Amino acid sequence: MEKQIKAMREKIEAAAAAITDSKEMYQLRKQYLDNKAGQISALMKNMRDLAPEERPAFGKIVNELKTWALDFFTAQDARLKAAELAKKNAAEQIDVTMPAPANRCGALHPNTLIANELIDIFAGMGFTIFEGPEIENDYYNFTALNTPKDHPARDMQDTFYVSPELLLRTQTSAGQIRVMENAKPPIKILSPGKVFRSDDDATHSPMFSQMEGLVVDKGITLCDLQGMLDVFAQNVFGKDVRTRLRPSYFPFTEPSVEVDVSCFECGGKGCRLCKDTGWIEVLGAGMVNRKVLENCGIDPDVYTGFAFGMGIERIAMLKYGIPNIKMLFESDVRVLSQFHE
Amino acid sequence: MIVPLSWLKEYVDIDVTPQELETKLFDCGFEVETLTELGAEISGVVVGLVEQCEPIPETHLSVCQVDCGEHGKFQICCGADNVRAGGKYPAALVGAQVYATAKDHVTIEGTMKIKKGKLKGFESQGMLCSGIEIGLNEDLYPGAEYCGLLVLPDDAPVGADIKPIVGLDDWMYDISITANRPDCMSVLGIAREVAAALGKPLKMPAVDYKTDGTTLGGFKVTVEDADLCPRYQAHYVRNVKIAQSPAWMRRRLALVGIRSISNIVDITNYVLKEIGQPMHAFDLRQLEEKQIIVRRAKQDETIVTLDEKEFKLNPNNLVICDGRKPVALAGIMGGLNSEIKDDTTDVVFESAKFMRDNVRKTSRALGQHSDSSQRFEKGVDEYATQLGLKRALHLIDELGCGSVTDSGYAEAVSADPAATRPLTVSIAQINALLGITVPDGEILRILKNLDFAPSIDGDKLSMQVPPYREDIENAPDIAEELIRMYGYSHIIPTFLAAASVTNGGRNTEQNSILKLKRTLAAQGLYEAIHYSFYSPKDLDLLRIPQDAPQRQAIRILNPISEDLSIMRTMLAPSMLNAVIRNVRRGNDAGGLFEIAKTYHSADEHPSEQPEEREALSIGLFDGGKIGFFDGKAVLEALAEAFRLTFTYKKPEDPAKYPFLHPGMCAVVSLDGQEIGWIGMLAHDLTDAEVPEHAVCLAELDLTALRPFLSKPVAFEMLPKYPVEQRDIALLVGEDVICADLEACMKRSCKSLNRVQLFDVYKGKQIEAGKQSLAFSLWFRSDDHALTDKELDQFVAKILKNLGKEFEATQR
Repeated sequence: MEKQIKAMREKIEAAAAAITDSKEMYQLRKQYLDNKAGQISALMKNMRDLAPEERPAFGKIVNELKTWALDFFTAQDARLKAAELAKKNAAEQIDVTMPAPANRCGALHPNTLIANELIDIFAGMGFTIFEGPEIENDYYNFTALNTPKDHPARDMQDTFYVSPELLLRTQTSAGQIRVMENAKPPIKILSPGKVFRSDDDATHSPMFSQMEGLVVDKGITLCDLQGMLDVFAQNVFGKDVRTRLRPSYFPFTEPSVEVDVSCFECGGKGCRLCKDTGWIEVLGAGMVNRKVLENCGIDPDVYTGFAFGMGIERIAMLKYGIPNIKMLFESDVRVLSQFHE
Repeated sequence: MIVPLSWLKEYVDIDVTPQELETKLFDCGFEVETLTELGAEISGVVVGLVEQCEPIPETHLSVCQVDCGEHGKFQICCGADNVRAGGKYPAALVGAQVYATAKDHVTIEGTMKIKKGKLKGFESQGMLCSGIEIGLNEDLYPGAEYCGLLVLPDDAPVGADIKPIVGLDDWMYDISITANRPDCMSVLGIAREVAAALGKPLKMPAVDYKTDGTTLGGFKVTVEDADLCPRYQAHYVRNVKIAQSPAWMRRRLALVGIRSISNIVDITNYVLKEIGQPMHAFDLRQLEEKQIIVRRAKQDETIVTLDEKEFKLNPNNLVICDGRKPVALAGIMGGLNSEIKDDTTDVVFESAKFMRDNVRKTSRALGQHSDSSQRFEKGVDEYATQLGLKRALHLIDELGCGSVTDSGYAEAVSADPAATRPLTVSIAQINALLGITVPDGEILRILKNLDFAPSIDGDKLSMQVPPYREDIENAPDIAEELIRMYGYSHIIPTFLAAASVTNGGRNTEQNSILKLKRTLAAQGLYEAIHYSFYSPKDLDLLRIPQDAPQRQAIRILNPISEDLSIMRTMLAPSMLNAVIRNVRRGNDAGGLFEIAKTYHSADEHPSEQPEEREALSIGLFDGGKIGFFDGKAVLEALAEAFRLTFTYKKPEDPAKYPFLHPGMCAVVSLDGQEIGWIGMLAHDLTDAEVPEHAVCLAELDLTALRPFLSKPVAFEMLPKYPVEQRDIALLVGEDVICADLEACMKRSCKSLNRVQLFDVYKGKQIEAGKQSLAFSLWFRSDDHALTDKELDQFVAKILKNLGKEFEATQR
């Protein structure tokens, strides 16, 4: 009997050794261990033919065989499955450096990015956003802004007219008047938008964008203007940037200033960006002219205010290092794809 | 405006360096665009004394032994005909930089470095220079244009730097003057500011002159149009001797870019630059009927100006006339008929204020410009008009080129152009505007330096505004004068210390536009910005019919060119051009969108503000893979982001979209309202403009869409009972539309929750003229779990209805 058991064991081992597939191994296992048809189960059935006293010993060795076979097949299965998995993995190996299918991530225009940045900064200071019409009348664009009738800025050379009465706005300041006519102080508005001037060269485009800011309230001073511009400049150009005011002239502000920021490239030591001056001109500003307030029905003896205006393209060109304003309007996807938020 | 330092020094003791002066000017509002030393490009040139000079036989050359003082003695070969032993000439040492001249010895062709050389076997250690070679001309230094060496004065110290000796050590300030300060458009005007900034007295130029006691009988000056000429002064000078101006005057004119002509003409130019007053001189002989009349030109009257150009005039142009004809174009240029000639003996000087707007308009309309017109365009004050004439008469006297008579004429609206204006302002108001307290002492010092004669009485600051400061009217003007001189560095930044707290940020509409942009970017599109104007040719590109509403564009009266002449009525032409540009630059694929205004008016030159509508334009392109549904997918993503349902329909009249593929275009609607279109670019257009590519274009009316963009979130509960899916494949005619089938299915069964087309087949396996469409249908009920039996009934009903309506059969 023991001989028979031993032979079966050897037979199993020999059969298993020839098998390389886990499914075949499963078949072999079934051949021996299947509850109904398995050869080991069949051995158990033989027990009935034995004398009762032989049965315990027989049962023991068959059970030992069964336990051994179970462990054997489990081990064989594990071995083959591991090998099969390794083979499958090896077969499925990919070159991870190959390109993924293009799933483009679009981008907003640099002008929009700058405008958003500015809007977020000033929104935090309590500014609301006002967008006026692009085709304006002479009054809002010039007269109400204290630009006298014979001012050079009104000449046909600089302004696009669509009729004797209407023009393409040359400045977003036109929006100031529309707001001030309809709202009472305190006023804090930001007016972004397209403006148009009859200029066309490497640094000028006949259409560009401006961002105009206006604050009118009691007790607004030139010190407030600079304080607010400091916050703006530090947010846009960097924490260590300082501002500098210098005298200038705009018909709708008095005093008027040009605002420079210390060069964020060289920290003010002088470099190519700042043309060795340490400063970069970024915007014009000033205290709202009394006449402008009066034109809007605001008492200049009670209220004062300041206004500032900047070219969005100029800020974008400075911040991103774009050399030519025209690149912003050509829609070359190689340019536009660089400005992810 | 160019101001030479040497000229400024005539009126102010300048005791700071040229660079410090630049900073002072900058700080008080006068940006120096460039500061250059006159001899900036010349270096290493010294006074050389030629000790020996031997001609080299059979050449025009001489070999010279030149003493250059402390620099040593050098042998220099020289080809000039005026070199002689004992003479002093500019000697450029080895390593020096001078101007290189062409063969004519006159035309400058850049600069050159002096190197050791050998001429005809003679070593030459340097170069003796002509005036041209060191940047001089006859006006800057007499004798400089002699074609040979520049002869230096005998007392020039040997070895000394040449620059101070010939005046090349001067500094030129190119100053930008803001529009509110026309009074600074002159050397004297800048000198006033420099004096104030440095706290130095201003030395006024002399304006006294002797008259000869004679008068001109019967001469008359009349101003008929005082609105265009509020002051007209004239003065008669006789016994004029036309000659060359003195060297100092020629030099100054040369420094500011004016070539000397003759003493009389030079005086008018000198006064223009010095005082800022344009002047004119008439030859009295040529003034018929002994009179000057200032009037508007008659229609079609003509004048030939000094530069021999003829102009046809109209009543918008102001002219100076004698008794019969125009003799000058007021403020712009004199007439050829009254020009100063070499034999002129009797001159009438004109000094006038012509209104800037009129001068500018006439100058622009006629295309005729001059130094005078450019000055008048900025605005001239009557103080300068009066001062300028006095100064000119003084110069006549000083130069001895004529005798000033007692015949002076002044036609003017205002009595006294030299009168100051009293102004009183509140100091508290000024400080409140600035946000700092300017000490009273500083206020008085600054305004005194500016010649405002200030006094303080408590809060009251009183002053006399000088007549040339027409820009000063009120307290903020004074605040500006104070802070620009006190220094903006005194401003202490505060952060809206007194202002009220306000609620800021974008409003709902502004937020939704931003969200719209971000949604489109998330679809892989790049935001584009294009000009708001384009050309009628851009509408031609899209083959927009002449009678289409898009042709009704607002036209710019003064466009830069025809290419930028009409306001956009649709964005697609700009988008197509952007796509074409990209393809031509080799960019193979991309997606663009633009959000911008379109402008609509029945009148091409509207007098009432036109309608501005916002539009969204989309353009997708690539080397052929892009299809209609790529564009539709973008619109559908947009619809999803804003919780909208767009419907698409083939346009009833595809001819309305002549630029699109007639079989691949759709009108897009929302809530039954047409809001735009989408389609593939027509084949022939594609082949012509972007061959081998495919382009999908779309344009939506954002103004119409806007009210729908702020739909709030409406949360929907997940279904309680399971959703069951059934698929059906239909055989229908080729012209049956998917949307119609879907609508029919939905009408047929209330429990049909969603329909999705998943396969389309046309081909051999089915009969010609038919297509097979396969749909997935999802059913659900809110109150019970659907049974198989129910689902079978649903599908059967749907198929029955589809059969009835579309002759659809199940495949």
